[in-house]
Amino acid sequence: MASIYADHAATTPLDPSVAEVMYEEMISNPGNPSSIHSFGRSARKTVDEARRQAASSIGAVPENIIFTSGGTEADNLAVAGFAKANEARGRHIITTKIEHHAVLHPAEALEALGFDVDYIDVDESGIVSVKDIEAALREDTILVTVMHGNNETGALQPIAEIGALLQEHQAAFHTDAVQTFGLLDLNVDELKVDMLTASAHKIYGPKGAGFLYVRNHIQLEPALRGGEQERRRRAGTENVAQLAGVSKALKLADTHKNERYEMLADRSAQFVQALMEKDITFQLNGPQHERLPHIVNVSFQGVSVEPLLVNLDLAGIAVSSGSACTAGSVEPSHVLKAMYGDDKRIYSSVRFSFGRDTTAEEIDQIAESLERVLQRMAKKA
Amino acid sequence: MIYLDNSATTQPFSEVLQTFQDASMQYFGNPSSLHSAGMNAEQLLTKARTATAKLFSIDPKEVVYTSGGTEGNNLAIKGTALEHVSRGRHLITSQVEHPSVLEAFEQLENAGFEVTYLPVDASGRVSPKEVQHSLRKDTTLVSIMHVNNEIGTVQPVEEIADILQHVPHTYFHVDHVQGVGKVSLDFAHPGIDLCTVSGHKVHAVKGTGFLYVRQGVSLSPLFHGGKQEQSLRSGTENVPGIAALAKALRMSLERSDELDRLEGLKRRLMFAFQEMPGAVVNTPDDASAPHIFNVAFPGVKPEVVIQSLAKKGIHVSTKSACASKLQQASPVLLALGRDVETATSAIRVSLCFDTTEEEIDQLLKALHECLPEFLEVMGAKNA
Repeated sequence: MASIYADHAATTPLDPSVAEVMYEEMISNPGNPSSIHSFGRSARKTVDEARRQAASSIGAVPENIIFTSGGTEADNLAVAGFAKANEARGRHIITTKIEHHAVLHPAEALEALGFDVDYIDVDESGIVSVKDIEAALREDTILVTVMHGNNETGALQPIAEIGALLQEHQAAFHTDAVQTFGLLDLNVDELKVDMLTASAHKIYGPKGAGFLYVRNHIQLEPALRGGEQERRRRAGTENVAQLAGVSKALKLADTHKNERYEMLADRSAQFVQALMEKDITFQLNGPQHERLPHIVNVSFQGVSVEPLLVNLDLAGIAVSSGSACTAGSVEPSHVLKAMYGDDKRIYSSVRFSFGRDTTAEEIDQIAESLERVLQRMAKKA
Repeated sequence: MIYLDNSATTQPFSEVLQTFQDASMQYFGNPSSLHSAGMNAEQLLTKARTATAKLFSIDPKEVVYTSGGTEGNNLAIKGTALEHVSRGRHLITSQVEHPSVLEAFEQLENAGFEVTYLPVDASGRVSPKEVQHSLRKDTTLVSIMHVNNEIGTVQPVEEIADILQHVPHTYFHVDHVQGVGKVSLDFAHPGIDLCTVSGHKVHAVKGTGFLYVRQGVSLSPLFHGGKQEQSLRSGTENVPGIAALAKALRMSLERSDELDRLEGLKRRLMFAFQEMPGAVVNTPDDASAPHIFNVAFPGVKPEVVIQSLAKKGIHVSTKSACASKLQQASPVLLALGRDVETATSAIRVSLCFDTTEEEIDQLLKALHECLPEFLEVMGAKNA
């Protein structure tokens, strides 16, 4: 039985040409970029090239890119690293209830250290209101962190508007752009952000690689100390081959960005259409319009999600009940809770996330399998 | 091309690259996902973890994967100090640690901790007695490296562990990055609580490593998020890197019968320079690792020697790669009691299992060709 992968928001397959580039790099370029011999210099070139690519992908300059081991590390650096370096100016932080755990958990850890964190509500479509952010701002607010595209519902947040609001305030502005990076055109000046998180394994690049964009004047307390790497903001031997892979993945993402966006939006629309045609009862979780093209989050009333996922998996279809990063737990999603409270729908939600290789036939197959599985489960109940 | 800078980084074994490649393509799922793609990745992760734990006779639960040695050291040191701050704020380390250890301690000093930096003897060795004498009621952590990255000195970490085993409120961390596969260490020693391993020093890929965390030892994590690695290290696991690391560690440990050969090559270098006028051998005669050799030519700029060797296709380094851009004296050599001139003129030759006798001969030949000239220039200046 063919298997269909519809969990691209959790992770994407490595592009074979990215794997190729990394392999080549490891074979031909074993040096440590900090070494002054030719092996080291050659490795340094690879790192520099990746930095240029990363910078240009978000309209930044190379000096403002800090490579990390991925999105989680970058988010932690932006939230905890920023707060600790700037607490003299205040201890108030604003975020939302729908952030990824890589933002929420460091925020909670900061609370334990005496910081004051406001977790702003979202509306039923999963979008935070700029007015609510404005109302929460205080003189001692030092950081506002709001994700760009939500990983569970695909809801796009009004980042540029919040950025504009903060222009006249001392607070720095961070956005976790892991889900939008490589998919939408991102520009740090248009978004008016001071820090931005990106990850490679969501865009057909390698796991264990990501970066934090940090505007010039921003001070951070590094999480990793040791060498001179990343302008002393992130010590550790640079992951050279992986960065070669990042360069390649960025180039690929950039080349096909617009057509891929259209294609994914088509697939999502086709999927929702198919569910309606099959008379499957469902509720769409998330906004109609301000959304990412590849994520469709739906609740199937009265259906328990765990057996549904298992049955879909047996039918060869890989989807998830929420963010994969909650390490295998099937607890109701904190994002849906923020949107709908304790409504039943949060216990029966499934996230479908499509990728560049998802075909129209696969969408039909997913809808058909879903119909069969739901019918079978209804009979048993 | 003769690569003799294996303490900076090593070339991955080709079998390791194959594993990395295969795992990247076939096990791409997120191990936290519940579907088969996720579960397959999780199974590979578990397999790698079990295999790695077995190599060091530890429990799979005691392996916490990291992005490498720097993260392992930072997690061990800051994680222990911050987690156990209610029990005390005194920490002990040595003057010759890697920057990723020293700077983590500096950061803690800025946060109000008190750190004792133990001196070393002329061989670069910490005295276990001094460790014992420095212990206080409020000492929560001792961190001593196993093998020094610049000169190869092996620290008496098992003796220190014997002492600390009986001091329940003080944890012991060993930076084992340069020792893995070269100088054996008993991870399961009841006195060792934390131990750092890095992948790219043992022919694995960069960006991989693990921290051994003995069961029952609690740490404050550096990254919070998806609760991977028993909440000690959040972030999607680098499954291909972790599988490649397991392979590289196994292959390295399987070659332990070649360590005597490496020791012989290092001895050859020692003998060649011990008698040479103008040369100061910094690697100690006894209890030094088989793959690291450090020699200084006081008054000669090491960059000149390195460039001259590079022209002949031979690659060595000045000191730790992580600090090699700084034109300063090596703090390690200063701690040994060397003068500033010696401490600014050292070169490090570091070997791997594939280093041959011919390569060492070529290095010696090249040095014998270029050194007299450099030394003469110096002599003329001094005269």
